[in-house]
Amino acid sequence: MYSEKVMDHFQNPRNVGEIEDASGVGTVGNAKCGDIMRMYLDIDDSGIIQECKFKTFGCGAAVATSSMATELVKGKTVQEAMTVTNKAVMEALDGLPPVKVHCSLLAEEAIHAALWDYAQKNGIQIEGLKPPKSDISEGEEEEEY
Amino acid sequence: MKKFIYLDNAATTKTSPEVVEAMLPYFTEKFGNASTVYELGNYSKDAITKSRETIADLLGAKAEEIYFTAGGSESDNWALKATAEAYRSKGNHIITSKIEHHAILHTCEYLEKNGFEVTYLDVDEFGRIRLEDLKKAIRPTTILISIMFANNEIGTIEPVREIGEIAKEHGILFHTDAVQAFGQVPISVDDDHIDMLSASGHKLHGPKGIGFLYIRKGVKIRSFIHGGAQERKRRAGTENVPAIVGLGKAVELAKANMETKIRQESELRDYLIQRVLKEVPYTRLNGDPKKRLPNNANFCFQFIEGESLLILLDMKGICGSSGSACTSGSLDPSHVLLAIGLPHEIAHGSLRLTLDMETTKEEIDFVVDTIKESMDRLRSMSPLYEDFIKKQQ
Repeated sequence: MYSEKVMDHFQNPRNVGEIEDASGVGTVGNAKCGDIMRMYLDIDDSGIIQECKFKTFGCGAAVATSSMATELVKGKTVQEAMTVTNKAVMEALDGLPPVKVHCSLLAEEAIHAALWDYAQKNGIQIEGLKPPKSDISEGEEEEEY
Repeated sequence: MKKFIYLDNAATTKTSPEVVEAMLPYFTEKFGNASTVYELGNYSKDAITKSRETIADLLGAKAEEIYFTAGGSESDNWALKATAEAYRSKGNHIITSKIEHHAILHTCEYLEKNGFEVTYLDVDEFGRIRLEDLKKAIRPTTILISIMFANNEIGTIEPVREIGEIAKEHGILFHTDAVQAFGQVPISVDDDHIDMLSASGHKLHGPKGIGFLYIRKGVKIRSFIHGGAQERKRRAGTENVPAIVGLGKAVELAKANMETKIRQESELRDYLIQRVLKEVPYTRLNGDPKKRLPNNANFCFQFIEGESLLILLDMKGICGSSGSACTSGSLDPSHVLLAIGLPHEIAHGSLRLTLDMETTKEEIDFVVDTIKESMDRLRSMSPLYEDFIKKQQ
């Protein structure tokens, strides 16, 4: 059901872990729907993301999207990191099964939440960045069958 | 093909070689339609009769009370919808439980949309319904009680005999979904006061696509599939003779092996449960510790999510299942695990392993070792575990 890339990122996740005194930390998702993602960013003085680590409670797709998201934002400026959308993460993973698309949304939210934390701490504004939602599943409705 | 350690026997079982062998002649040699007059058709007719008698015998029922269907879901649908229709003049209330299979729950929801009222009984922490709740739920309009014999996820065996007694006292029909229990544990339709019982072939080493509904003589339920006169005019359609023969053979084997199977499986199951609970911290057993199916073990591992565990097990050739949302296709974890009172985040970390007579101790040891490795890996990347450890310090 998963692409080879998803399986690779699940089996060999990149950048698992924590960053002590991180420039920004964001936790999104909720245990109710079974996915929690935490993203740590280490951002240097010129606003470049030097290091990115994650911890995820969730399914195979959740782990793989977190792993891919960390790869994609590493080395980017905070503004460039805004281009790492859920679509970009999905494309980089050669797609996800339809029921797993919300995992990629979670990855995007996690990056944004960590950037938000960084922006708040440093009193800066990042264009297009909104405060993180408290619950990623808000607005989603269960399908009728 | 790759060799697997197959611990998902509640999902389906391997068709026994003896079953396949018994079925084969009914494809290419004895292929006649059982409704014909010539000798070739008689082979089929006789085979169907024999299979029906074997099944009836295991339940203590009469052969003419066994109606072949395409499987458990059809049997459940038939039992509920046709009873509802036939007894509508008497009342419109049905009692079931919150932990039934979706074949029952979704049928009940359908009936609710069509003017019926359904009470979904709560269960206790082990997944057993409370008889007091059942008694209280009974109304003058109650026409049917449908409670599963044993739960497919957590393996808990319901107090079927007591439920049957209560139903009988009140003159209410009692249906039980015995898909997981039939052929695994002894069932007597008379002693347990069962009026209707659903079962499926592929859960007991028979073929897929065949099952039956036991309907006690005198219960007036209508035809579900209209057409020819097969199955005493109650279930039309040319009989699936090879599958019926296969089911008969599977039941014959289940009967012959039941005692040994129960002993072997429960012994290994208890060994598995003990090792996991002892060696994997922050783990709980789901379901009744004693009154459970001999082959069922169901755990919740804290701080991890079931699907990722299943993938790690699959990488080592181990087949199991989970009640996490990610495996159900919705955002909610298993309704059974929620009904026994587990919070969502715990329910997401469930693993069900269902054994078979062929399962070995070596396999169980390998599985437990793999679970331990996987747990270390998943917990080390879990933010929930990180928070938990930090709180402890």
